[in-house]
Amino acid sequence: MTVNALAPAARVLQRNLWVYRRTWRGSILGSFLTPLLYLTAMGVGVGSLVTAAGSPAFEGYEFVHFLGPGILAATCMQSAVFESTFPVLGKISWRRNYEAMLATPLGVPHLLAGELLWVGFRVLTISAVFLAVMTLFGIPRYPLALLAIPAAILTGLAFSASVIAFAATQRTGEGFSWLFRFVINPLFLFSGTFFPLSQLPDAVEWAAALTPLYHGVALVRGTVLAEQAFLGPWPLHVAYLVAFGAVGAFLAHRLLKRRLLS
Amino acid sequence: MPPGDEVLVHARALTKRFGDFTAVDAVDFDVRTGEAFGFLGPNGAGKTSTMRMIACSSPISDGELSVIGMDPRSQAPRIKSRIGVVPQIDNLDAELTVRENLLMYARYFDIAGEIAGRRADELLDFVQLGERAGDQVEPLSGGMKRRLTIARSLINDPELVILDEPTTGLDPQARHLVWERLYRLKQRGATLIITTHYMDEAEQLCDRLVVMDKAKIVAEGSPRDLIQRYSTREVLEIRVSDAVRATLNGRLEDVAERVEELPDRLLLYVGDGEQALEAVHDRQVPLESALVRRATLEDVFLRLTGRTLIE
Repeated sequence: MTVNALAPAARVLQRNLWVYRRTWRGSILGSFLTPLLYLTAMGVGVGSLVTAAGSPAFEGYEFVHFLGPGILAATCMQSAVFESTFPVLGKISWRRNYEAMLATPLGVPHLLAGELLWVGFRVLTISAVFLAVMTLFGIPRYPLALLAIPAAILTGLAFSASVIAFAATQRTGEGFSWLFRFVINPLFLFSGTFFPLSQLPDAVEWAAALTPLYHGVALVRGTVLAEQAFLGPWPLHVAYLVAFGAVGAFLAHRLLKRRLLS
Repeated sequence: MPPGDEVLVHARALTKRFGDFTAVDAVDFDVRTGEAFGFLGPNGAGKTSTMRMIACSSPISDGELSVIGMDPRSQAPRIKSRIGVVPQIDNLDAELTVRENLLMYARYFDIAGEIAGRRADELLDFVQLGERAGDQVEPLSGGMKRRLTIARSLINDPELVILDEPTTGLDPQARHLVWERLYRLKQRGATLIITTHYMDEAEQLCDRLVVMDKAKIVAEGSPRDLIQRYSTREVLEIRVSDAVRATLNGRLEDVAERVEELPDRLLLYVGDGEQALEAVHDRQVPLESALVRRATLEDVFLRLTGRTLIE
């Protein structure tokens, strides 16, 4: 995308940031509590029961080390997906913000790019706070761990683009509860977030490996722990997420255009 | 400023189709610089679809359209940077304050901070909302939201302002305030395009208008022209009981140039209403009520389509 297209998109981002100015404190607090609660309850609590350090299941890491990066990727997916559901449909139909924006020189590609920039910003803050909390638990190995932030942003954007495409086809919010129940929650559980996929039957393992979150988890875990065993073939993960996001963005553009400019 | 000769919006055989449904069927019109141009017609006549095509928010299906000398198909962003749009349903940003709504909208037009701030304050004064600048949008009354939407449409100092049913849903007092502001806007030289299904709004605001019905333009002219052409000067409205109505059988035909029978009353189109009323009395038709009034665009519409504007 050229600079010409990015400047108008930045104004759409700016609008969301203006709204965020009023709620950022609560939002940051939430981003802080999520990892704190997960790492304490599941990482330390459950972790002390499931394994002792050196268990082969976690490549020699304690459970909390294995779990933390997985939850980071999964939380970023959830937030990115949420930002792309009700807020986007609201701007399409209930509050009609997009109609108002399209009466200005802004076009559909700017709206889409602006929302993706916003999702990128949200994931940036969430993953940075998450990384900071994990640091309290002594989990990340810097400096490579810093790359978990772009990895999380890539994961979030890949999901966001396709969910915006889905939102552009919705009339009510009902489809979103289906999306969360039957797509997002299973992904949360079965993408290697809580346990290595090698624990599952081969067929399930293969199916899980085709989902985008699996690749996001692998990238984030591999970078946070600076561990090649988790990172695996990283260019493949990146390529998969980029391709998934590109297809999503293509569809989102088409469907938004059909919905908004009839 | 008197209307100029320069054509700002030019449409020939302009058509909008949604699948098999034709919303706008090959309409022709020209809007000239500085005039207030109206689209009058009932709901579903194709007014909003026409507006949306002019505003570049709906692709045209067929025909020719130019807006400020540009083609909406290829130059939408440039057209949009020079027009203002007031949509039928308010789409203010409920998550921003009154003033922020204007500032943010200025940003969408790439108008920078200081100029945007000055313009926002001027416009808030213009629509008499200066005291509400820091308030949230949601608690504002319908009339205030409408005025804010009008202020927002002016943030880019547009040459052309498109208003889709600017006072639908407002109470009479709020309507008059909006009319007054639009009149001031016109005095300042803006070209206005207004859709409405209120004949009084069209008469108040429009220099020239087209009457739309079932996707087509059925007449065009100034409000006074149209009334002269399609109606008489005065109208005698009478109500009679059903029993009396059954016995009329054209007894009143020679009293008026034309008689329109509506379900609840009869409209007699006449030059002199009082004289006609006397003639009705002479024929000893028992009336429940009678009213003499000036002819309006409503009568024009009834004449052209056989139906009333608001059904």
